[in-house]
Amino acid sequence: MATLTQTVVRPEATTAPQRVRRRLSGRVASAVAIVIAVLWTTPTFGLLLSSLRPEDQIKSSGWWTFFSSPQLTLENYQEVLFGTSSSSGQMMSFLINSIVITIPSVLFPLALATFAAYALAWLPFRGREWIYIGIFALQIVPLQMALVPLLSFFSEGVSVFGLQLMPAWDLEGPARFVQVWFAHTCFALPLGVFLLHNFMSELPGELMEAARVDGASHGKVLRTIVLPLVGPALATFAIFQFLWVWNDLLVALIFAGGTPESAPMTVRLAQMAGTKGNEWQRLTSGAFVSLVIPLLVFLSMQRYFVRGLLAGSVKG
Amino acid sequence: MDFDFAAELPKLVQLLIGVAAFLVVVAVILLLVDRAPMRRRAWIHATILLLPALLFLAIGLVVPAVRTTLLSFLSGDGKEWVGLDNYAWMFTQPEAVTVLRNTLVWVLLVPILVTSVGLVYAVLVDRTRFESLAKSLVFLPMAISFVGAGIIWRFVYAYRSEEQDQIGLLNQITVAFGGEPQQWLQEAPLNTLFLIVVMVWIQAGFATVVLSAAIKGIPAEIVEAARLDGASPLQMFFQVTLPSIRSAVIVVLVTQSIGTLKLFDIVRTMTGGQFDTSVIANEMYNQAFRYGETGKGAALAVFLFVLVTPIVIYQIRQRREAVR
Repeated sequence: MATLTQTVVRPEATTAPQRVRRRLSGRVASAVAIVIAVLWTTPTFGLLLSSLRPEDQIKSSGWWTFFSSPQLTLENYQEVLFGTSSSSGQMMSFLINSIVITIPSVLFPLALATFAAYALAWLPFRGREWIYIGIFALQIVPLQMALVPLLSFFSEGVSVFGLQLMPAWDLEGPARFVQVWFAHTCFALPLGVFLLHNFMSELPGELMEAARVDGASHGKVLRTIVLPLVGPALATFAIFQFLWVWNDLLVALIFAGGTPESAPMTVRLAQMAGTKGNEWQRLTSGAFVSLVIPLLVFLSMQRYFVRGLLAGSVKG
Repeated sequence: MDFDFAAELPKLVQLLIGVAAFLVVVAVILLLVDRAPMRRRAWIHATILLLPALLFLAIGLVVPAVRTTLLSFLSGDGKEWVGLDNYAWMFTQPEAVTVLRNTLVWVLLVPILVTSVGLVYAVLVDRTRFESLAKSLVFLPMAISFVGAGIIWRFVYAYRSEEQDQIGLLNQITVAFGGEPQQWLQEAPLNTLFLIVVMVWIQAGFATVVLSAAIKGIPAEIVEAARLDGASPLQMFFQVTLPSIRSAVIVVLVTQSIGTLKLFDIVRTMTGGQFDTSVIANEMYNQAFRYGETGKGAALAVFLFVLVTPIVIYQIRQRREAVR
């Protein structure tokens, strides 16, 4: 219908000067769009190219000189990933830490938020509206507010009026990962419950009623009916959480410490930027190593991510 | 140069333990729900499903938020009540006031810049042949950590003295136009603006994607009618596009304000908060975890909470109205 009027009307509606103006503004518009696109891509491109240049060249000339005297090497990556001295990147250790931190930190909130969202959306019990509002409202609490007490929860346990209710965790070495998982799980739940609840409450209720009448338990309904239907929402939240945990610096700094034993790559990069701010060959290649995995996940899952993003923001 | 994989094994064992624990938790919850009495006992099932999440929330957010509020009225070592001293410090000491001023600049500029760039770009690439590629290019920095972005931009701002060749793009451009190379990140107050550029660079893609979807949702008849009335592109934008996507614009502004208030990583990676660039979140970390001033750190965190609350409440209201 719209296209029909368009084709019918256009010959009379656009006069010659109008057409010229439209073409002109079209050209200006494309130029502006291209400028923005270039501005947004150049910094990353410069980093990638730099990370592949030999050390002496990175430090003495700009990456754009590559085009007049091209010379590439993988040496920076070799050193930053596999070097074992404390001045090299040791990135491989930190990369493994990042992976170890991220997987459970995505799985736990995903599962717990799914259970909670199902209960809040489909179980008729008194006070569920209040619990839902309460969880939603917890999004207000800034991470910063929770850090000091949560850290003392791990280091001192729980005691009320001198009575030790729970012992200190005293985690060392690889066991410190548990703290990070725990913290990320707590911080992810409000948003997770909120997102998944939105999706679940829109599912057709008859489906679940029918299954329940046939004698299916809530566990069975959840597994066989709800999970397949909310797949896209789960994917969105998983990507969201993955990017957030992988890219996080604050939580890791506090709960994982700064050593190759448990700290993720972001912590290492921040250290390197602070103490060896001029070792560009390590900084650039190290930064690129830390970008690659989230970038790949992001690019391959972009469709779901954008869909989930829009479901959460525009519609409401 | 030889990396020792065996030394990394304990971590992988830990990962296995974590995943195993995850499977056990899920299995136990499902088992309990399956075994719980079926008829008319919704609250039993609800408790089993909700309890784990509520426990985590209580331990990780509710109790800490209360304790932080209490801490903010205590001295640095947490032993003495000092009343409102920590808050008084925040609003009177020059260095703390600088922090508040910087945060204000961030919160005013970032949402507006992000939304404007995202909006202009979304309108410009709308219905062009290269639209999806163009949007992906701008969206890409979303996947990059703030730390990574910080390093990318430190490289853009890198400084070499005048005799040497520049390696930072911005100084190269400055020199090419006959200027002197600058230490962009060290001269207050401009350095805060250079940090803000990084945040805008990261977030603009988010705005583009959300606003672009809203633009596509504008009914074709409205656009067509305006076109028939001979509206110029600018008139189109201000009288048709902008009013139609008002709620999406607000969503972007609100989410950006909240994100900006809590911002920490960019400042920490790029200047460490030196040269008068610190913001509340960064200062809170410094006070609480580096100087051992938990009281002051807590006061800053509480203040952050006070700033975020009205924005979130506004967002909830908006959402409610939109649902209606």
